[in-house]
Amino acid sequence: MPGKLKAKIVAGRHLPVMDRASDLTDAFVEVKFGNTTFKTDVFPKSLNPQWNSEWFKFEVDDEDLQDEPLQITVLDHDTYSANDAIGKVYIDIDPLLSCEAATVISGWLPIYDTIHGIRGEINVLVKVDLFNDLNRFRQSSCGVKFFCTTSIPRCYRVALVHGFVEELVVNEDPEYQWIDRIRTPRASNEARQRLISLMSGELQRKIGLKVLEMGGNAVVGYLQCFDLEGESGLVVRAIGTACTLDKLSPGTAPNTTTHTNTHTLPNTAPTSNACNSPSKDSKEPVFSEDPPHSLSGPPTPLRTLPSSSPPPFSPSKPCSRQSSSSDTDLSLTPRIGMGSGGSVGKEAGPLKTLLRQHTQSALEQREFPIFTLTCFPPGFLVHVGGVVSTRSVKLLDRIHNPDEPETRDAWWEEIRQEIKSHAKALGCHAVVGYSESTSICEEVCILSASGTAAMLNPRFMREGCLDTGGSDHRLSRQPHPGMVGSERGEGEVSSTWLGFEDASPPSCGFVHIPYDEFNMPFPAQLTYCYHCRRQKVPDVLFTTIDLPAEAEVTGKGCLIQARLCRTKKKAQGEVNATSISNLLPFMEYELHTQLMNKLKLRSMNALFGLRIQISVGENMLLGLASATGVYLSALPAPGGIQIAGKTPSDLSYDQHISTMQKRIDDTIAKNKELYNIHPPKLFTLDPEAFTGLNTECIEEVVGSPIPDRQRSSRLFRSTSESSDELSELDLSHGKKDAFVLEIDDTDAVEDIQSLLTDAPIPAGFYSCNTEVMPGIHNWTSGLQMFTSVRVYRLSNANLTNQGLNKIFTDLCENLLKSLYFKLRSMIPCCLCHLNFTVAVPEEELIQVAVTAVAMSFDKETQQAADKALTRGSGENEEQLQFSMELCGESTISNNQPTAKPSGVPESAMVHSSRAPSVDYGSFADRCSTWLELLRLKAHTIRRGSVKTISSSERCSPLPEGRSRSLRSTRSLPCGAPVTVVKMTPLSFLPGTRIVKYLGIINMFFIRETTSLREEGGVSGFLHSFIAEVFAMVRAHVAALGGNALVSYSMKECVFMENPNKNQAQCLINVSGDAVIFIRESDQEAIPPLLTSRQTSSTGADGTT
Amino acid sequence: MSVELDVFVVNTTIMDEEVYQLWLDGYTVNDAVKVRMEGGVLEGCEASAEVLHSDTMDQYRTFQMCERLLHSPVKLANQLLFQIPPHRQVMLIERYYAFDSVFVREVLGKKLSKGTKKDLDDVSAKTGVTLKSCRRQFDNFKRVFKVVEELKGPLVENIRQHFLLSDKLARDYAAIVFFANNRFETGKKKLHYLTFQDFAFCAGQLISNWTVGALGDYNMVEDMDVDLEKEFLQDLKELKILITDRDLLDQHKSLVCTALRGKTKAFNEMEANFKNLSRGLVNIAAKLTNTKEVRDFFIDLVEKFIEPCRSDKWTAGDMRLYLTHYTNSAHVLDTFKHQVVWDRYMGVIKSCILKMYHD
Repeated sequence: MPGKLKAKIVAGRHLPVMDRASDLTDAFVEVKFGNTTFKTDVFPKSLNPQWNSEWFKFEVDDEDLQDEPLQITVLDHDTYSANDAIGKVYIDIDPLLSCEAATVISGWLPIYDTIHGIRGEINVLVKVDLFNDLNRFRQSSCGVKFFCTTSIPRCYRVALVHGFVEELVVNEDPEYQWIDRIRTPRASNEARQRLISLMSGELQRKIGLKVLEMGGNAVVGYLQCFDLEGESGLVVRAIGTACTLDKLSPGTAPNTTTHTNTHTLPNTAPTSNACNSPSKDSKEPVFSEDPPHSLSGPPTPLRTLPSSSPPPFSPSKPCSRQSSSSDTDLSLTPRIGMGSGGSVGKEAGPLKTLLRQHTQSALEQREFPIFTLTCFPPGFLVHVGGVVSTRSVKLLDRIHNPDEPETRDAWWEEIRQEIKSHAKALGCHAVVGYSESTSICEEVCILSASGTAAMLNPRFMREGCLDTGGSDHRLSRQPHPGMVGSERGEGEVSSTWLGFEDASPPSCGFVHIPYDEFNMPFPAQLTYCYHCRRQKVPDVLFTTIDLPAEAEVTGKGCLIQARLCRTKKKAQGEVNATSISNLLPFMEYELHTQLMNKLKLRSMNALFGLRIQISVGENMLLGLASATGVYLSALPAPGGIQIAGKTPSDLSYDQHISTMQKRIDDTIAKNKELYNIHPPKLFTLDPEAFTGLNTECIEEVVGSPIPDRQRSSRLFRSTSESSDELSELDLSHGKKDAFVLEIDDTDAVEDIQSLLTDAPIPAGFYSCNTEVMPGIHNWTSGLQMFTSVRVYRLSNANLTNQGLNKIFTDLCENLLKSLYFKLRSMIPCCLCHLNFTVAVPEEELIQVAVTAVAMSFDKETQQAADKALTRGSGENEEQLQFSMELCGESTISNNQPTAKPSGVPESAMVHSSRAPSVDYGSFADRCSTWLELLRLKAHTIRRGSVKTISSSERCSPLPEGRSRSLRSTRSLPCGAPVTVVKMTPLSFLPGTRIVKYLGIINMFFIRETTSLREEGGVSGFLHSFIAEVFAMVRAHVAALGGNALVSYSMKECVFMENPNKNQAQCLINVSGDAVIFIRESDQEAIPPLLTSRQTSSTGADGTT
Repeated sequence: MSVELDVFVVNTTIMDEEVYQLWLDGYTVNDAVKVRMEGGVLEGCEASAEVLHSDTMDQYRTFQMCERLLHSPVKLANQLLFQIPPHRQVMLIERYYAFDSVFVREVLGKKLSKGTKKDLDDVSAKTGVTLKSCRRQFDNFKRVFKVVEELKGPLVENIRQHFLLSDKLARDYAAIVFFANNRFETGKKKLHYLTFQDFAFCAGQLISNWTVGALGDYNMVEDMDVDLEKEFLQDLKELKILITDRDLLDQHKSLVCTALRGKTKAFNEMEANFKNLSRGLVNIAAKLTNTKEVRDFFIDLVEKFIEPCRSDKWTAGDMRLYLTHYTNSAHVLDTFKHQVVWDRYMGVIKSCILKMYHD
């Protein structure tokens, strides 16, 4: 009996009228956990009942605590007939089971009914008394922390990364049980909601057990998905990365980890000194310890996964036709781009091989050296190979025995094995940024997995040899993803602690190729790294991870999407599966070509956060690839796009081609301006490095030839055949054309069309699908999370592929345009983590759902911040300081005191006194010309006063502050105002510090209506449902004591309608991490200007 | 290809104030799109009419979902469905309860009944305010009326607390409620020149001086701010002596004339009309016990006093002078014993007439 769950029902409010006669309600509450139910008294005739119940106590196993939700049902008492249910609240107890998460759930939670939506709110108190369970054979895993965040959570440091954990639970879908024919839709929906809640709990518990077995205490990058397989059942599956996390004590937190920027470190004296000194000591042990370990064979044993997964590789089963397109993927992915750092590095060759062997031995013991993380502690990522992905088409069959989910397990097992082998082919021993997804249509299911092949630092994998102290503090420093490009110091640190100072130069190590230069798995154009000049790098790099903090980027990035639509014949069973799997490789190929072209068009050379989604419908397949393109300074400049015609005789045809060429060249030039891509010219490099280059390298820089191997590579089936391609490579070497598109190729025409029809992004906007935009640092606290869903009906059924493509592209473009328009008030702003999901819910219907966060930033200080960051000081302070400096400078140089920011004399004083400290030296580096610098200065002067106002504006009228003032002026009958809960798909909130993770939020809702028209049609129905889901998520976060949900995602949004019957149904699954954040300014000395912000943030504290 | 479903939901509800106003004004989505296009919202954005239409639809839906909450604004502050920053909430409520003065002028003093609501299309046609907007405004009046009708305590304060309105707007609603409750006639042709603000001012005067609540005693009866104090109205009858007693009337006249002589160009007319005007005002006072006569209060003031003065070309200054002396002189009359009632009556009458005396 290791746990006691206690619940108290306090009150209700805004209840619906259940008794038409009196316009009132006689409400009471049933509290249910497992098979035990308690009831409150009936509170008669009130819409705002005060039950103030006793504490209802449930004595239960902790296993049940993990699996079961607490179920609260509000009912209307009826003397003569059956009591009417008003609605329910499911409360996930899990956050209360970890001592580091929440301690109590208390607050107003919406009462939800699957037919009517939110019907009032209920105030509850829930606590858990947990007794320690020392039973070795226990089935529970209480205390294992779960994080949706795909990086190391901000107030923790990682001691060890254990590796991949996965689990899968199957059941019959209640919607398809026979009983569903006789029960009400409400009962059916509730059964489904409850079942999924149970299954999620069970899944989490089982994963927790695996983590405990591995010796970890947390799961990071936890990704849970539902497969609604219809008749054949319901699958809930999850993957994650098991870690051992240590909580940072609150005292050290602000100066080390959790700080949204690491740049405070060098300058903040006492604490960082304390941290730095052991780090020096740590070097030695690191250095001496590493080689012996690797020599003495496998280091501390890694526990292999307790294999609930069946033995690897069961070849295609008789019951399910399977066909994998993965081999084609391989030939495609690598072709496009990879990292480098081959084992033949000049100076550090032997050492490197050593490291490599070592790491491999550490990793190869695992069944799956796979990590769901996308953002890593410094030094974790050594080299990146490229994207690896696998798709497999399966036929679904009924799951006969829910306790034996072996078929599904085997499917995924196969896929992971394949991923692993792909990574190996790229000379990598691990896969990072890994994710899995499915697309189901009738009985056909496409399973997809993708990740980034990488070489990792083994230090994080081993136990025991990790000296705490120095390296720990480095581990714990979670660099801010926004701080890229300015982390030279950081990079050096991480290289030291690899123990190979020369081997991995700062900040560019991860782009070096991991595979052998002379035995490449695929053709690639290698050059010497533009940063260190010592190692080889590929010409283009595709990855699924976030941009590493140490990476140096030139200019800004942007969202790059490839969209594709392919018709297919309607078919059944195996025929259908075969035709789909035959189509897949072509789709992947075309998506890659599109991505490549668009990347070149933007004059960029790397993709991050690549996510390729292929959705299957009855008569078409949709492909959508999204990624964030950047220009990595360490990689060669991309060449242009060359259009070549096949019949050069025709004059008008030539003309046509040349106009096309011109348009493309113009666009490239325009994009270079737009994204501020001005890479340093070759001659600016120091001569020493220059002499180190061989002639081949120079040639590449000039022309950067990429062989025209598109057509041929189609034929290649796998990376192992790369030798053929190598010869191909040699043949094409002489061509000086950068990237050739042959216009005769109908695909190419299409490509060019789509290239040039991409609408330019409006001024003031940036967009990316990674955590944050490279090149933007000075975020304000203004952010807006949104979800947009659109469903389009294709009016005529006989569309060609090309027509469909055009439509699909337009859909996505229009959706983006719409977003830009709606969010125009936030300019300058960046849409981050733009996550598109496409589906084909029915024949002729295309559904596109987008979730993202719009974050505004300060334009005036944009450049300034770049510089400020390199100087290494607190973000807020620095930002402000620099803008002041500029103003101060202006007043002095212009001799016009009137140019000072009006209305804030004190700050103006500060400006001028600060002015002498202005140092444009490093700043100028960032600006390509003096002229630009001057322009920028003038701009700042002009906008000086605006800037001051906007910053104070941004600070003072925070919702929290206001709600407080409201409270004082109004007498509210129903208690305190609602806590403001921020939501973001990112792992952080700019300008704030996350001080506590309260637990994972994972909720599943169903909403159904039989009065679609009355609820405003499909749009009205879905709009209110999504709003309700947001509201419920916010309420649960607030009840845990939190004020934000980070790493939010809407995993599932299944919408079905039947307008003829006036019915619709929608399922939504959302998840994220509930956190408490505080404003950064609370911790720091606050300039007078910011006092208003301080007061408002204390207001925020009050509400948390 | 057609858009079957199109929604955009944000965590912190953003509302475009311009679109909100269009919605409040009863524009259809298509009309609103047209207005927005003409307003140049698309300038600087690379967006099409389609985008604008979708945005307008989204906002309209949000407003419709919010409308239920706006009906009881206190709920808006502690509801969970929409996360709206408090200053936006204030804006939403204030705008929702704002009304068109042309519209309110039409229904002022009318019974807030279904019958009146049925006639709103006529009002709409007459005023140019859309029917939808008319209905919203009418429903707002009715809702406020219903809530405060049952409540004790000062009217304005009650409205402000229950509907979270600004002081100005709460006062206007108090006037509307007061007029609706007492059914003051405001629609006669002779009253057309008066604006809602004129009436609202008068209502304020009446509420703060002639109701039970005016005495600051809120413990006795219910809805004291909405009805005129019965006792006071009874007492007003006593004022009749000023016109029925010939001596008193003459005495009053001579006192006033002495004070006015040489101070105004309209002296002759004042002297000639004194008895008529005085009769008019005192008769109004004496008749107020009768609820029917109460309804005619404003028309009586205009007919019996303002119109004669206007035809004699009194200036506003003349009016003030006359009324001041007219009121004060009564204090000097030794046989006139009802000084308190007289002051309470004339204080309101004077300020009302001064407010209403314009073109």
